Amino acid sequence: MASALELRRVSLSYGARRVLHGTSLTLEAGECVALLGANGSGKTTLLRLAAGLLQPDAGEILIAGTPALAGREDVGIAFQDSRLLSWRSAARNVALPLEVVHGVTTAVRASASAALSRVNGLALAHRAPAELSGGERQRVALARALVREPALLLLDEPFAALDAPTRNQFNAELPELIGGAAALLVTHDVAEALLVSDRVLFLSAEGEIGGEWKGLRSLPASQRRSALLAPGGLSQQAELLAALSGVVYA
Amino acid sequence: MRSLQRFQPALLGLLFLGAWEVGVRLSGVATFILPPPSLVAARFAQAWGDGTMMRHLLPTVMEVTVGGLLGGLLGLLIGIGLGLSGAARRLASPYLVAAQSTPILALGPLLVLWFGPGATAKIAICALITLFPMAIATLVAVRDADRGLLELGRSIGASRIQSLLLIRLPSARSGIFAGARVAATLAVVGAIVGEWLGGSAGLGILVNLARGSLFDTPLLFAALVQIALLGAFAYTLVVAAERLSTRIQR
Repeated sequence: MASALELRRVSLSYGARRVLHGTSLTLEAGECVALLGANGSGKTTLLRLAAGLLQPDAGEILIAGTPALAGREDVGIAFQDSRLLSWRSAARNVALPLEVVHGVTTAVRASASAALSRVNGLALAHRAPAELSGGERQRVALARALVREPALLLLDEPFAALDAPTRNQFNAELPELIGGAAALLVTHDVAEALLVSDRVLFLSAEGEIGGEWKGLRSLPASQRRSALLAPGGLSQQAELLAALSGVVYA
Repeated sequence: MRSLQRFQPALLGLLFLGAWEVGVRLSGVATFILPPPSLVAARFAQAWGDGTMMRHLLPTVMEVTVGGLLGGLLGLLIGIGLGLSGAARRLASPYLVAAQSTPILALGPLLVLWFGPGATAKIAICALITLFPMAIATLVAVRDADRGLLELGRSIGASRIQSLLLIRLPSARSGIFAGARVAATLAVVGAIVGEWLGGSAGLGILVNLARGSLFDTPLLFAALVQIALLGAFAYTLVVAAERLSTRIQR
């Protein structure tokens, strides 16, 4: 069976600046991988390549064994900024990915409600984005990413701009919200990476995968945070922070 | 306090009219130079009573409606085309700016020469005078659509036409309506200018008649009031259409 996502020796430069250099990465079906890296390390670029929003200078990107092209129905994406359409209600924002395929139908509306319900956001359905808090906006954006029941979910630091309590709440909920989809979460938050994922990959400043750690997603939700603070979890956090600091202070 | 604020513009208007009335009466200025508002109001009522105002209002309304809609629609289409295509924009923008800089009064005689002194020339003037603010407002609003939202559209597989209809145009809505507000009032100006160049009926004709052969200054002011009311009505219609579109979009 083909992997959910596979990057094979992918390179990309912005002018003279080399962002990714022969980067390879594989996500198996149903697995959640956190890609950790400092600001400017190329995490978001890698995610945009996976979404087909950018084309690599070299290498190959496959989703379920076929080329990664923008707009695939089996891929859902949530951006760092929620990117909600201000003129649409939350429910109609969630329905948008289905509307471009099926038009406005009763089934589309029902699917949008179901996706909002899945992220515990059904009460937000009729509210305008301007009436939503930052956390609520990201909840709606997450429902929009999930509405087509994607096999691969791409999450570009979706909680980076949220306050600590809201972020903690999302980190607790996300492993279950993802369900059976494979997910690539880009983040620079060590605790978030460990709490949410099955595996944590570290992207170095040179744009190469520089290490791999085991995440805590497989644990029951009630045990993840305590595992993060247990000796094993603390040492993992220390290692990841050291890797990040290496990037920052090298 | 807030209800008082609502009436402040009306109070200011009343104050102005009161000062005008008192000033004219105390100064003894001849009414054919500056009639007091009470005399203008009486002449306005009389013109409505004897059918004069209606006879001249209807052709102007027709020219404003047909010319305004035609110019507005053409401006919208040109603005969308130029907003979407950088190449077309580079090619056409200098001519658009040059055309907008040409005083419509200077074009009027030419249009009358081409279309005759009937309604067609006046409609053409209305259309031309509304076309440019609509085209430029639409061009800017469509061109400057949020890049993040457009990327969202690509990520969900929106076609070019879907991206235009679902993202670009709705996000450009307030910019387009700002152009439409200007265009609505300019359409009235266009009709009046067109009527000054010739014809038998219209508010512009009434202004000329009152000023020239009738030497009826109160009627001249009454016609000016009617023109202002028509402009305000056209503006209000655009505002109402904008509100309606907001409601429909949600």
